[in-house]
Amino acid sequence: MTTASKLNRLTPYFFLAPAVLLLIVALLYPIGYMIYASFLDWRPSQYISEAEFVGFRNYINLWNDEAFRESFGVTLKFAAVVVTLEMALGVGLALLLDRNLRGMAALRTIFILPMMIAPIVVGLMWRYMYHPTVGIFNRTLKNWGLEPIPWLSDGTWSFIAVVIADVWQWTPFIFILSLAALQSLPQSALEAAELDGASGWQKIWHIKLPLMMPVLIVALLLRLIDAFKVLEVVLVMTNGGPGLSTEILSLRIFRTAQEFQELGVAAAMSNYLLILLMLLTTIMFVYNKAVENRAARLRAAAQET
Amino acid sequence: MPTIRFEQVEKSFGAVRVLPPLDLTLDDGEFTVLVGPSGCGKSTTLRILAGLEELSGGEIYFDEKPISNLASKERDLAMVFQDYALYPHMNIAKNMSFALRLKKTPAAEIETKVKRVADMLNIGHLLDRKPAELSGGQRQRVAMGRALVRDASTFLFDEPLSNLDAKLRGKMRTELAEMRDTLDKNMVYVTHDQIEAMTLGDRIVVMSEGVIQQQGTPEQLFKEPANKFVAGFIGSPTMNFLDAELVSEKSKLWARGDGFNLPLSKEMTATLKGYSKKEVTLGVRPSSFSTDTKAGAPIELRLVVSEYLGAQSTLVTKCGEAEVLVEHESSSPVRTGGTLKFGVRTEELMVFDKETERRL
Ligand SMILES: Nc1ncnc2c1ncn2[C@@H]1O[C@H](COP(=O)(O)OP(=O)(O)O)[C@@H](O)[C@H]1O
Ligand SMILES: [Mg+2]
Repeated sequence: MTTASKLNRLTPYFFLAPAVLLLIVALLYPIGYMIYASFLDWRPSQYISEAEFVGFRNYINLWNDEAFRESFGVTLKFAAVVVTLEMALGVGLALLLDRNLRGMAALRTIFILPMMIAPIVVGLMWRYMYHPTVGIFNRTLKNWGLEPIPWLSDGTWSFIAVVIADVWQWTPFIFILSLAALQSLPQSALEAAELDGASGWQKIWHIKLPLMMPVLIVALLLRLIDAFKVLEVVLVMTNGGPGLSTEILSLRIFRTAQEFQELGVAAAMSNYLLILLMLLTTIMFVYNKAVENRAARLRAAAQET
Repeated sequence: MPTIRFEQVEKSFGAVRVLPPLDLTLDDGEFTVLVGPSGCGKSTTLRILAGLEELSGGEIYFDEKPISNLASKERDLAMVFQDYALYPHMNIAKNMSFALRLKKTPAAEIETKVKRVADMLNIGHLLDRKPAELSGGQRQRVAMGRALVRDASTFLFDEPLSNLDAKLRGKMRTELAEMRDTLDKNMVYVTHDQIEAMTLGDRIVVMSEGVIQQQGTPEQLFKEPANKFVAGFIGSPTMNFLDAELVSEKSKLWARGDGFNLPLSKEMTATLKGYSKKEVTLGVRPSSFSTDTKAGAPIELRLVVSEYLGAQSTLVTKCGEAEVLVEHESSSPVRTGGTLKFGVRTEELMVFDKETERRL
């Protein structure tokens, strides 16, 4: 190869290099900043360079901190509960509405509306509905002559309240992904199952759900990642309370930085969360890659025969 | 195995009527082929029978029992789909045993049945593969196997060979023909390929635009087509149609037209007595031409192209302005551009009414 043609081959890289570098810096600088900050005892009033370097002290303290562990537990519980409910409801609704009846299109559009609303608005909306006296729920209960429910003033009820709000907002996400998956299923395989004697439930169990599985797993992971980061709805509705009953991790991080002014500790908390999320993301990528590889392997095997 | 009877069965999709009222009887233990051009309603007919489409009118009877209200699974049918419709996530053994597993058949019995059918179809070594790991031909066999394991009373096939390459299609056609003879089942087979229809059918039902044109054995359809459509659809190369006038001369009827004047046989002269001086369509099979000019009535054709197919060639010729196909032994060579003399076996000629297109 001549020098000229070698240079020609490299030309695109010369042009791309600045943009790529900028992108990497823009992506990694804030993350690097956060990781660095987590090793400091740093107050907002200080320059970062004035902060004391404390090594892993923030991490160790958090590890031993009862309240932090509880907050972590609330987060796990919240994510597990909402994602389970959203998956069950979303998939169930999709199975129910996957048919070509008149009005279905409109119904589907209505079902995905909650997803379009800003979380902060969702939080406000639900807070008013949960209002102890004028909220729709307690007013209705009262009209029926029933005891009011301490929606946001009781630990258990407030957890349920934020779960309901999140499920209300994010079930549609699972719903549209499931519906898309259902509608791309091979119709003739379902007809074959029909002739093979499968009932409606058997078709769902033996054909539809297994074939939807790749989409469902990705949907599940995306929702989990999101559920671990939820903030606004809880902040607006309960602000973590009463007590620590709804103090999810992102809220604790926010308050540690904002109210207690412990930026280093907040950064260390964020990194614990980051590790968890990276784990989930990695699982998702590995899973996707495995699905892809499998498809490629099957195609290759079919070519050979 | 039931006798299946369609009585005035209709089907419309919205405003589009696909099947006008249709009557059809499928006898017990018969291999019936529904054949017709694409879009003529064959699949729709089969799918109505399978319960995958609802009928818009009429009724289907299994041995005089109306079944249109029964779900597919209650009709005791097995179907082979055009795209095979295998379950992508199940291996071949699981695919084939799905129906049996739903019926809670004992595992040992399932295994014997699957193995027997798989061996019969030469797919025994593929049982633990997934459908995506198989070639088209293998998938086709699995689809067939899945239906056979069922032991249903009636088998439905919707163009099962149309996704295979020509060579494999020929092979599978032969195997199907063998299977037809060993299995004592009702089989309803849909295809647009008249060769498949002719080789497989005990009885062939020719459809066009939702209307049954004719039913009969392959030989009946070839020798006594009811109308111009059937005559043109059955047989390869296709029949030549020429505009002609019937003229009575020397106590015979003659079909006269642009570049030909052919005498009709005695029987035809008798049956067509009333048609003297009428305009008709004359049908001549490509196989009715002989190089031996004494073998029939003489005709002169202008050769345009010779399509070499091996032992046989198809000659594309002109008779006046009309195109005429001639089946020809390749061993006697012809020269392009010249005029050729043939003898037409006049007893094989067919005459069709110009308006109704019925054979006269
Ligand atoms: N689900 C459907 N909706 C609307 N039209 C249809 C539907 N299925 C088939 N058709 C129409 O019915 C006609 C017959 O189709 P089909 O039975 O599939 O023909 P064939 O199998 O003979 O090729 C075609 O014109 C086709 O467009
Ligand atoms: Mg079809």
